[in-house]
Amino acid sequence: MSNDGQPAQDPLIDEAQAEQRRSAAARLFDIRRVIGGLFVAYGVIVTLIGIFDSRAEIDKAEGVRINLWAGLAMLVFGLLMLLWQWWRPAEAPAPNEQQPDA
Amino acid sequence: MDGDGLRLNMNGLDYLILALYFVTVLGVGFAARRAIRTSVDFFLSGRSLPAWVTGLAFVSANLGALEIIGMAANGAQYGVMTVHYYWIGAVPAMVFLGIVMMPFYYGSKVRSVPEYLRLRFNRPTHLLNAISFAVAQVLIAGVNLYALALVMQALLGWPLWTAIVVGAAIVLAYITIGGLSGAIYNEVLQFFVILAGLIPVTVIGLVKVGGWNGLMDAVGDTKLGEAGLHAWQDTGSTANPLGAHWIGIVFGLGFVLSFGYWTTNFAEVQRALSAKNMSAARRTPIIAAYPKLFIPLVTVIPGLVALVTVKGLGAESGDLQYNNAIPLLMRDLLPNGVLGVAVTGLLASFMAGMAANVSGFNTVFTYDIWQAYIRRDRSDEYYLRVGRWATVAAVVIGIGTAFIAAGFSNIMNYIQALFSVFNAPLFATFIIGMFWKRMSALAGFWSLLLGTLVSLSLYLLYKGGVIDFNSDLEESFWGAGLAFVTAVVVAAIVTPLTSPKRDEELRGLVYGMGGVDLKGDVLAGDAAWYRSPVLLGLIAVALAALFYIPVF
Repeated sequence: MSNDGQPAQDPLIDEAQAEQRRSAAARLFDIRRVIGGLFVAYGVIVTLIGIFDSRAEIDKAEGVRINLWAGLAMLVFGLLMLLWQWWRPAEAPAPNEQQPDA
Repeated sequence: MDGDGLRLNMNGLDYLILALYFVTVLGVGFAARRAIRTSVDFFLSGRSLPAWVTGLAFVSANLGALEIIGMAANGAQYGVMTVHYYWIGAVPAMVFLGIVMMPFYYGSKVRSVPEYLRLRFNRPTHLLNAISFAVAQVLIAGVNLYALALVMQALLGWPLWTAIVVGAAIVLAYITIGGLSGAIYNEVLQFFVILAGLIPVTVIGLVKVGGWNGLMDAVGDTKLGEAGLHAWQDTGSTANPLGAHWIGIVFGLGFVLSFGYWTTNFAEVQRALSAKNMSAARRTPIIAAYPKLFIPLVTVIPGLVALVTVKGLGAESGDLQYNNAIPLLMRDLLPNGVLGVAVTGLLASFMAGMAANVSGFNTVFTYDIWQAYIRRDRSDEYYLRVGRWATVAAVVIGIGTAFIAAGFSNIMNYIQALFSVFNAPLFATFIIGMFWKRMSALAGFWSLLLGTLVSLSLYLLYKGGVIDFNSDLEESFWGAGLAFVTAVVVAAIVTPLTSPKRDEELRGLVYGMGGVDLKGDVLAGDAAWYRSPVLLGLIAVALAALFYIPVF
């Protein structure tokens, strides 16, 4: 078996490679949607807490309205993730190296 | 011990934030499950992930208990010198992995680090490494689980064993269900949640001490003093907070320990092996190096703030140990709301560490022990099932080793010792094997075995009181160094006495033998200059050097 330009061959690995090619597994979901969704939810919750923060809570955080700022920051970050996903949707799963399955 | 001292004042909304996170994590596991058809899908995510995902998972897999709690503790104890772990330790090693070593790992299509050893050397070397890796992973998983439970106990008031079992159950659920994709996607999510938790602590901490300049002034007045503000000053001798000479920092920490950890630890390398092509695999550790450059901002700075603001920090035991620097700041500074996010981030980081150990373990156990030595030639579905059961076993054993870790007073030192015993000789064997084609199979085996034994014996002799060192840290440096030298010497002696491997067996595995195709599976866009691994890597190293300037 000659395999010029190929890495050393090994039966266990070849088998796994074949399985990988057969796999029709679509890379189904997009992590950007998950991150975006969670951060939008966190952003909304924490911003709302921040709007209604009492004096005591603001004083605890050294006078910084940390809930408000952190909430808005998370909201913006979450929206950016969703925007990125909407703007550049995941490519359809690339047909893996197109081995002719003869 | 005063049990309630660290208790956080969590309210319903904080718990809602925590609950939302756990629901999302499990949801990711289920969504990832739909994509799993084969064992490669389960163990290597079908080698399909984009570089930014694997890169963030790479850094997140390391953002476990040691990193967050441990580096903040080091920041409070040793001051700015803690940045050496990042800028001369991690970053150059990650760049080296991406530029130099990844072509051999990814190009040879091995599914694990031990598998590389099987192809490059022989089966005994492979089995030795597979077993030692599997053992080390369940031990470290136990440490992570124990640390997770300690924090849940201290912050939320849960009993220790409940916290251990709940933490283990969640990790188990999302890895068995979602495989490596589940683990990796969750690591990416965890990365952002951890940051969302740490940034508010850092910002309010800095406000409290009067900004960067206020912090610098205040640290000068603590027991750390002016020396706590400099990374390199006074390293001509060992009279500095870390007690380390610059030679020790550069070669011990920077070279042997960090290169050993980052380049041969499969729990890390596995993230890059799941990338979609060679270019993405090489960029994985390099993309990870960029967040790594900035992580000291949210670990070392809170450590210093805690040193300044928490009276009596640095006690031998109880609530005021250095390890509690970040939890103490959370208690003192965060109002409900961001508090919930911070607790979520902390718990996420512990689970990230444990998930990395468990997913590394199940792959090596299935491919490198079960498939290679116990049941060959079964169907792929069979190995997928073995992998799921191995995950269950790893988590159950992890619960056991968590109780072992509970018996050690200082878990950080226990971990450092594990690294010097397992990683340093492995790194030496690898680096020689990759660059010296003459190195024979038997030489690989004996280098690895004797290197491991030397550093293990040194550790045992130190523990038994036979040999004396200034600190545990010094012991692990010497252990790692001796293991490295032993492996090199053994390779040099054994190789000439044994027969070499044939050249064609080494294609794609050894430098200069050909068979590595850096451009074979490029996608459109990978040729862009900003996706060049070499350029990205050099920029990361240059930034690390620049970052030292203000804290020289």
